[in-house]
Amino acid sequence: MLRQFKLPDVGEGLTEGEILQWLVEVGDTVTVNQPLCEVETAKAAVELPSPYAGTVTELLFEAGATVDVGTPIITIDTGGGSGPAPSPAGATAEPVPEGEGEPAAGLIGGSAPGGRTAVLVGYGPRNTEAKRRPRRSGAAVAARATAPQPEPTPQPPPEPPLEPEPAGPPPLLATAPDARAKPVRHGGLEVGRQAEAHALHDDAVTAVGAAHGRRSPRPLAKPPVRKYAKDLGVDLATVPGSGDGGIITRADVEAAARSAPAGGRVPGAVAPGVDEGTVVRGAFGADRPRGGEQRIPIKGVRKHTAAAMVASAFTAPHVTEFLTVDVTRMTRLRARLASRPELAGLKVSPLLFVAKALLLAVRRHPMINSSWDEAAQEIVVKDYVHLGIAAATPRGLVVPNVKDADRMSLPELARALADLTETARAGRTSPADMTGGTITITNVGVFGVDTGTPILNPGESAILAFGAVREMPWVHKGRVVPRQVTQLALSFDHRIVDGELGSRFLADVGALLHDPGTALAF
Amino acid sequence: MTALRQTTEAFDPVPGAAAPHLPQQPDLVQLLTPEGERVERPDYSVDLSAEELRDLYRDLVLVRRWDVEATALQRQGELGIWASLLGQEAAQVGAGRAMQPGDTAFPTYREHGVAWTRGVDPLHVISLFRGVDNGGWDPVATGFNLYTVVIGAQCLHATGYAMGVQRDGAEHAVLAFLGDGATSQGEVNEALIWAASFSAPVVFFCQNNQYAISVPLERQSRVPLYQRAAGFGFPGVRVDGNDVLAVLAVTRAALAAAREGQGPTFIEAFTYRMGAHTTSDDPTRYRLASELEEWKLRDPVARLKAHLSRAGLADAAFFSAVEAEADELAARIRTGTTEMPDPPGTAMFDAVYAEITPPLAQQREEFLAYQASFEEGER
Repeated sequence: MLRQFKLPDVGEGLTEGEILQWLVEVGDTVTVNQPLCEVETAKAAVELPSPYAGTVTELLFEAGATVDVGTPIITIDTGGGSGPAPSPAGATAEPVPEGEGEPAAGLIGGSAPGGRTAVLVGYGPRNTEAKRRPRRSGAAVAARATAPQPEPTPQPPPEPPLEPEPAGPPPLLATAPDARAKPVRHGGLEVGRQAEAHALHDDAVTAVGAAHGRRSPRPLAKPPVRKYAKDLGVDLATVPGSGDGGIITRADVEAAARSAPAGGRVPGAVAPGVDEGTVVRGAFGADRPRGGEQRIPIKGVRKHTAAAMVASAFTAPHVTEFLTVDVTRMTRLRARLASRPELAGLKVSPLLFVAKALLLAVRRHPMINSSWDEAAQEIVVKDYVHLGIAAATPRGLVVPNVKDADRMSLPELARALADLTETARAGRTSPADMTGGTITITNVGVFGVDTGTPILNPGESAILAFGAVREMPWVHKGRVVPRQVTQLALSFDHRIVDGELGSRFLADVGALLHDPGTALAF
Repeated sequence: MTALRQTTEAFDPVPGAAAPHLPQQPDLVQLLTPEGERVERPDYSVDLSAEELRDLYRDLVLVRRWDVEATALQRQGELGIWASLLGQEAAQVGAGRAMQPGDTAFPTYREHGVAWTRGVDPLHVISLFRGVDNGGWDPVATGFNLYTVVIGAQCLHATGYAMGVQRDGAEHAVLAFLGDGATSQGEVNEALIWAASFSAPVVFFCQNNQYAISVPLERQSRVPLYQRAAGFGFPGVRVDGNDVLAVLAVTRAALAAAREGQGPTFIEAFTYRMGAHTTSDDPTRYRLASELEEWKLRDPVARLKAHLSRAGLADAAFFSAVEAEADELAARIRTGTTEMPDPPGTAMFDAVYAEITPPLAQQREEFLAYQASFEEGER
């Protein structure tokens, strides 16, 4: 039978961990307590031992992924058909049938071993406590038996709830196996959606056949539903609750939002018959109902990027200058250099030349390579250049830097840039690689755009955007001819860098790209 | 620390594996070298039968296996936390086996090896770390008090208990456990003063595992810890904490002295925490791998195994039988842990006082009524 191992909280109160590397592969036979992978959390890097003996059938995340605690990371076939695993250490207390009808099993909010609910931390509460428990009527309370009930031993997970016959959200059952089959990679986005969908499902179940109960002055609703109502602009006091005890469910909020005059579309409200998973993956696909919204949790790299950008934009007064450059000679030189033995096997990209030009220009204008120390009331001018390169990765924007780039020869720089990009794309960039940058290049040209107004990487005073190199009509030696042209945009911190310095620096970079031979004069 | 290297008679237990950054050991009591060779010390003579030696080995292996399994269970999400004793098995088993039935131990939260020797079921200890009870064993029946997480507090409890034993006129001794970091705590120093002043029948057994979480010993003390006892007015002795025979002999002698009314002794068991402080800790952030490798050469379990083999006291069949027993224990711990039921909600009222007080009884009633107000009944 298939068993999934969920990322445990290996510290105290951790919510996520990064899979540093897998120590097993699909198809490997593993024993109980054999190390499966190495995980780094905020507290420690540790190896996770296998709780099961069997064959690895699936690794649900790649190395480098950051995974929420409680999320399955690996599937192990313990053999033995549908019975409990015959492992020597007898993991019989964890009956987790990954059956067809088990919705979102193992995901946060879903079922977990021992009839519990998977949560962010630890092994989670029992399923029955995840919902508001129905209260007895007054008579029943009076007639209660006072003897404490013995605690039941761990029970098998509850049967899959029956689908409510009419109305309600669509069946999600078909989605779960599909979601398992597709590794969830991007910062738990789909995990979050699944959890939400599951909550939706739960509420629908509790709503079935529920009579209106007592109403308290403050409307009863779970915190996520409150948030949901707030987001939709729905006043909970006006919403009748259909859940047990008059609790307002997600479905109630949706109904209220639909009936509202200017009501926008409701996130998560999916037309019957539409596969939720498909909608999530193809947010703008043809199969998505028009006018929908997708709500993505702000977390991980996106959260850090946002915080850094806001801090930078509202701390350093930005000035951006632009320069359009004829780089035809540079492209010719590039072709010649690429055939040299020193650069054999290395990518001689336009970015390499821009980086080299920037490094040469920094040498002439050291103030551009500095930072503002507010606390000390000092400007810190660095005699080294850790060159940051903004890189788009599956996890989002990261800005790793090449340490001491100013001391590198062109081949060394080419190799460093290639390593840095590859590492970033693989999601293996270490925190050390991302700190200590002194100046940054953002290569927006790779996306085919001409230019932009970049925001400074916090702690730096300049960032250079490098646009696409295009063949354009250009006045060259008195005639309009097609030439290779690009645009540069330099944003700088006006507290440190005046217009004159910024202009001279940008002009130097442009001159070096226009005629690389100028470097001899630098 | 120059003060710690005050002698040129360097103790070098492993040829070629000297640890110049570690304090040297002029006064270390050792009966078994790291290679498993027996050393005679007239002041701490111990004469164990082959069977007794084999039993000690079995203790060491089973305790280590328990610890390894518990660590794995934590990594699999089955325990909230685990404090590993890896490397300290000999110190704990030696001290625990030195105790007599009427003696009482006051442990920290890491004395799993002592718990083992007192007959505490490993699952009772594990239930504490799983968070389903507050320590499920009977401290009186086992002579093993509940774990104390507050650093050093148990030394005051032990001293007070020992003063009670003294006033009862009983011929028992008390063994207080503490770590090197705890010696910096006020409570520990108070306990040492009181124990000295009243000649209480208590032995302070300090496992110096070199680190107070991440703080190395040289930040805790400018003198070897056992020398501090002199300042309080009672004897201190340093024993090789990875030598189960030496620990047994030294602790036996100290407990005997306490029973005879000679007052307290401070034992510094010089050992090494080979694992992390707890599962929430990452020791690679504050200590070098080479240090761990040096200590692996002084491994307490391998040392006794070498002695048993060398002296012809045990054969391969014995060793494989112990391994099989360890596997069984590990399987029992694994199954028992994952099947461990949650306690009923009312359990929290049961052990607050020996007899339930009226306000507490009322709270319990209210809680029961609240629980019963749900359709599903009490959970």
